Order: sequence, then C-alpha cells, then structure tokens
Amino acid sequence: MLNYVWLGLIVIALITAAINGKVPDVGTAAIAGAKTGVDISLGLIGIMALWLGIMRIAQEAGLINILARAIKPITKRLFKEIPHDHPAIGAMILNISANWLGLGNAATPFGIKAMEEMQKLNKSDDTASNSQVLFLAINTASITLIPATVIGVRVSAGSNDPFAIIGTTIFASASATVVGVSVALLLQKLPVFKKTDPALQANSEQESA
Amino acid sequence: MSEIFRESIKTLSDWAIPLLLVVIPLLAHFKKVKVYETFVEGAKEGFDVAVRIIPYLVAILAAIAMFRASGAMNLFVTALSPVTELIGMPAEILPAAIMRPLSGSGTLGIVTELINTHGADSFIGYLASTIYGSTETTFYVLAVYFGAVGIKKTRHAVPAGLIADTAGILAAVFICRLVFG
Repeated sequence: MLNYVWLGLIVIALITAAINGKVPDVGTAAIAGAKTGVDISLGLIGIMALWLGIMRIAQEAGLINILARAIKPITKRLFKEIPHDHPAIGAMILNISANWLGLGNAATPFGIKAMEEMQKLNKSDDTASNSQVLFLAINTASITLIPATVIGVRVSAGSNDPFAIIGTTIFASASATVVGVSVALLLQKLPVFKKTDPALQANSEQESA
Repeated sequence: MSEIFRESIKTLSDWAIPLLLVVIPLLAHFKKVKVYETFVEGAKEGFDVAVRIIPYLVAILAAIAMFRASGAMNLFVTALSPVTELIGMPAEILPAAIMRPLSGSGTLGIVTELINTHGADSFIGYLASTIYGSTETTFYVLAVYFGAVGIKKTRHAVPAGLIADTAGILAAVFICRLVFG
C-alpha cells in the first residue's frame, strides 16, 4: 500500500509540476524534505534518550506492569496477540496518556518502545502485526485533551476565547479514534490483509512442517 | 469560570513533565532500583532509535515535499470541492483537511493563515483549529513508529490511518456546525 502512495505522490508531483512549470521547485523540495527528515530524526536523540531512560526506570520498578494490569479489561479485547502483562501494554498506556496530555515529545519515545515490545512478539521482521497496525491507528487518530499548539496560534491571533475549541477537538479526535480502531479491526479480517498476517503465516508453516 | 479552567490547564501543562521526571525515579528508588544506572542503560537506546528512523522519514518527507511544491494540492481541492460543498465544509478549509495526514507543519501553516485571515473566533477559525487537533500526521507517525522497528510492509495501516483521518475531519465539521454554526 505504501508503495503505491509513495509512488503516487512523486509521480503526481512531477506531472503537476510539468504542467504548472514548477519542475525545478520539485527538485529543491525533495532535497529540502530529505534534510528535514534527518533534522527531525537527529533532533529526537536527546528526547528519546531522556524518556527511554525514565521508561527503563519505570520498568525496573514494576510501574509499567501496574499500568498494564490496570487497563487489562480493554487491552485484552483489542490486542489479542499480546499477553496482558507484557511490557508492550505498559508502554502503550504511557504513550496514550502522554498524547492525551498533549505531551507529544514524551509520547513518541513511549510509542516507539511499545512498537519495539510488540516487534518482539511479531513473527516477521518486516511485516506489521495486527497489534502494531491497531496501535498505529490509535496513534494517528490520537485524542488530545489540550491542543496546546493551536491554542497558542489562537492566542497570538487575538482570540477572545482561545480555549473554545477544546471540546470540539476532543469530540473530533475521539471520533477519529473510534473509527480508526474499528477500521483496523475490520480490515485485519479481510482476506487480502489476513493473507499477510505474520501470526497466521508462521502457524501455517508449522502445520505444513 | 473560564479563568479557572484556563489556569488549571496551564498548571497541568506546566507540571506534567517535571512531575513525571521526578516521581518515576523517586518511586523506583523506594523499590530499591538503582535509578542512575538504570536510566543510563535505557537512554543508550535513544541514539540507535533516532538513527534507525532516518531512511523512513527521508522517504516520506521528500515525497510529500515534492507533492506540495508541485502545486498538486490545487488539483485535489478542485476535484474534491463538490464533495465538501455537499457536507457543508467551507471551500477555504479543504487544503487544511487534505494536508492534515501529510504534514503537521504544513497544516499548521495553513491553519494559522486561515485564523489570521478570517479571525480566530469566526466559524472558519474554529473549524480550522479543530481540524488541526482532530488527528495526528498519519504519514509521519507511520514513518517514525514502523521505521523504529524496521517494518516495511505496512498492511492495512495506511487505509486505517487515512479512514480515521477522514472521520476526524468529518466529525470536526459536524461538531463545529453544531456548536459554532
């Protein structure tokens, strides 16, 4: 899927640019985009190190397991592949709570940790498991209780009520989350995606062997 | 009332990170964890993870930058405008909605411009603000999270993410018309 999206973006870009006479701009933009990618990644090093350090402390102290157990009723339904006391669940909860509080910087390292823990359970090196796709869907929808950035923009634009959009934002992002989770759970049942499910593939290999 | 609300939100934002940074090690210390050594062990992974993400992020961001620079956005806006009229979304909002899954900074740019042009407390201002907060940047999240663990075959992640984004934007239009319309 990403193959088509990626190819589609760059092919449409070139064709449109040719029509609009913007071909040189597209070349410059590609190089600038590549540089942004590196800048963002390298900029993450410090934040990653800080939160992964804290995360390890929380894990050693058993705090992650406590969190995982607290939310077990929900996670055992959604993430069937993951044992309920697995560290992946704890990392997910930290990620989701950080997102709720609008702490994007902290949410990313926790989310990556959760992905790494789920990867330990994944039978494939390069194919996403159902749990990983579901977790990604939750994160792309991402409920935020305090959309700090846009509140900042509203304040500087002289809004009389910069916080007026908190309620509507929570409603919109909660709707996106519900739909994202439902769609991820539905799509994983479609034959085309079931065929590539790493968990099922490993099983069928064992059966035939 | 709104003053109290504003103050408590600000206090929560100010305190959340420092509190987490202190409370977790403190609790761990009482549980006999060697906090400094454990921190350093965990933090070591930070560099590797950040470097591992680079190729994925470069691939996505270069493609999106090319797409934006070509003016292809206008094509999409033209193609989709009959649909948005039907659901009662002002035409001015459409670029922000299309940009939302592709680029966070791009969307913020469009939203800021809309707020400055139409006013933060106009319907368009409210809707643009809500759309910005309604979803995350799907392709960025995909590149970072799957990149960190080397997942290349994303299966149903792209359709699920994009359908969630669409739902978020439709929900934003619905609720803003209800509350501010």
